[in-house]
Amino acid sequence: MDLIELHDIWKIYRLGDLDVPVLKGISLSIGQRETVSLMGVSGSGKSTLMNILGCLDHPTSGQYLLEGRDVTKLSVNQRAELRNRKIGFVFQNFNLLARTSALDNVILPLEYHHNHISRNDSLDRAKMLLDRVGLKDRMHHHPSQLSGGQQQRVAIARALINQPSILFADEPTGNLDSRTSGEILEMFQQLNAEDGITILLVTHDPDVAHHARRVIHIRDGCVDGDLVGHATDARGGERT
Amino acid sequence: MKLLRLVRTAIRALRRNITRALLTMLGIVIGIAAVIAMMEIGQGASTAIQRTISSMGSNTLLVMPGAQRSGGISMGAGSNVTLTDSDCEAIVRECPDVRQAAVIVRANSQVIYGNRNYYPNSIYGTDPDYLDVRDWQNLAEGDTFNDRDVRSGAKVCLIGQTIKRELFQGESPVGKEIRIRNVTFRVVGVLSSKGANLMGMDQDDIILAPWTTIRYRISNQRSSSSSSSSSSSSSSSGNSVNTLSNLYPSTGIVLYPEKSAVQQANNPMPVRFANVDQIILAARSADSIRSAMSQITELLRERHRLAADDDDDFQIRDMTELTNTLSSTSRLMTRLLLFVALISLIVGGVGIMNIMLVSVTERTREIGLRMAVGARTYDILLQFLIEAVILCLLGGLIGIALGRGASEIVALTLKWPTQISVEAIVTSVFVACVVGMVFGFYPAWRASRLDPIEALRYE
Ligand SMILES: Nc1ncnc2c1ncn2[C@@H]1O[C@H](COP(=O)(O)OP(=O)(O)O)[C@@H](O)[C@H]1O
Ligand SMILES: [Mg+2]
Repeated sequence: MDLIELHDIWKIYRLGDLDVPVLKGISLSIGQRETVSLMGVSGSGKSTLMNILGCLDHPTSGQYLLEGRDVTKLSVNQRAELRNRKIGFVFQNFNLLARTSALDNVILPLEYHHNHISRNDSLDRAKMLLDRVGLKDRMHHHPSQLSGGQQQRVAIARALINQPSILFADEPTGNLDSRTSGEILEMFQQLNAEDGITILLVTHDPDVAHHARRVIHIRDGCVDGDLVGHATDARGGERT
Repeated sequence: MKLLRLVRTAIRALRRNITRALLTMLGIVIGIAAVIAMMEIGQGASTAIQRTISSMGSNTLLVMPGAQRSGGISMGAGSNVTLTDSDCEAIVRECPDVRQAAVIVRANSQVIYGNRNYYPNSIYGTDPDYLDVRDWQNLAEGDTFNDRDVRSGAKVCLIGQTIKRELFQGESPVGKEIRIRNVTFRVVGVLSSKGANLMGMDQDDIILAPWTTIRYRISNQRSSSSSSSSSSSSSSSGNSVNTLSNLYPSTGIVLYPEKSAVQQANNPMPVRFANVDQIILAARSADSIRSAMSQITELLRERHRLAADDDDDFQIRDMTELTNTLSSTSRLMTRLLLFVALISLIVGGVGIMNIMLVSVTERTREIGLRMAVGARTYDILLQFLIEAVILCLLGGLIGIALGRGASEIVALTLKWPTQISVEAIVTSVFVACVVGMVFGFYPAWRASRLDPIEALRYE
């Protein structure tokens, strides 16, 4: 069973009397431990698709199975719980809480965990993750005291704190220079290789997209191409 | 547990912008401080006023004999001789709304000490309970006379400050002897100063003595209802010869031969009851004056054996008019205070709501992020609600401290009586919480209804 299965997903925005279809019947599936890039020009509907995949948004129609469970029927709060437990997000603009230490930013998702985790356990976990993303000596820094690359690492640590099975990154390198971008993308690959986390990258940049083994092209709300094995990662393999 | 976590989250969020938190609180701080200060100062003032008023006798009632009618012509109040000291005892015993009562026998006379003389406004024969009725127990000097003095008709008296000033001029009067109509009274105590009453009469211009003494040695110009006991006691105490009453016998013809001292000692005529000029009494509270009056009326009518269609042979004077005015004034004051308090708290609450709304807008991205990482709608609602309540509570506590401080300063610098009002403090804390919830709810609700995607995209 695949991790993600989409069947004929439509997303239609209503602007006044006008129906604006943004996603026009997208069907695809993503397996465990895959690295996938969603690629397309700006305005093609990548973010919209990713928001639906990340359970932040409802599709207008269609079926979305996450680990075999139809999530389109879930309530707002059930989806919030699902995001908390299964999904990590990394954003283009990092979205860290200002005037809050890296540590406190990382443990934020634990505040909403259904099982209470003591503050000490939370901090231990966060320290371990910050160490892992290479910020051992920056734990008590506030976002304003960190570089863009460092901030994105904090955001990645935050996304990992609940040990999600899938990580969504919407233009994660959009605000970074090419060298830091490379570091961040390598980190995704490493997470995929070592922890088996499924990675879904959204980007308009082909160079970034090619860090994933599988690249899905979106054009005008439709899947325009689905290439596997193009990537730089070691484990090649064709996918049909 | 969960609540604790939410409170901690809220505090952490508030700490992130302390200036804003303080500004948000400001309205509540000022509102509560004003309420506390006003309540403490106002309550202090009103207790002080109330104490003054009651020292002037707003709770006191005066029972006087009624007007005697003779052939349809009223002879005026007091012309009827109907009240006795046993009426007084019965009133204290049987009227639950009467706190205390004392008889009054009045006399008018010059008072002489050494080579000075003075004509006091009032010379009252009474019993020790009089001081209790008038709330006058703390004496300036000496001690009061007691019930035994009353029973034995002892020649002792208490004098007011004015008498002390006029007759003694700085000397201590206690133990000295003054003469009233040639009867020598030993001064046992000096009353504390009470000042003028509401009519402007000097209340310190007074001499108090056992009523039996006044009745039988000074003012027996009126015939008493039990003439035998009165005449016997007046004449029996031969050691204090009332020369004037011998000169002008007020008891008229003596029907029986006077008893000798031995006869008197063998067959003491018990003083059963004697008529008095007035009975002064204190109701339990200002509110119970009405009921006290009706209890007294009922009791006295029964004791005086009046038929249902007879007029009262006594009258009761009260200060209802005055008390009503005062209590309606203080009610009005309280209402005004409450009104002002309410307005200031609403203003404070609107301030909270205002800044919370701004804060929600400003933190839209934070809210979006929290939702993205798993916050449910009620997590967000509760977070902002708790933030508002914490702000209000903190503001309330600071306000209470400031208000207390202000009232202490007023008490110290202006010598204005203030009174700590636990009631006001408890209410303030409660109201602060309610204000926080009411005015924090809308912003919190707005925050919880945000769409995570739009919130995350918000610039
Ligand atoms: N809330 C919305 N209401 C109306 N139109 C929207 C909304 N969100 C996105 N769109 C439209 O959907 C299209 C795809 O947007 P998006 O998925 O953000 O593109 P991108 O591929 O650049 O991430 C755009 O044309 C955008 O205008
Ligand atoms: Mg986009």
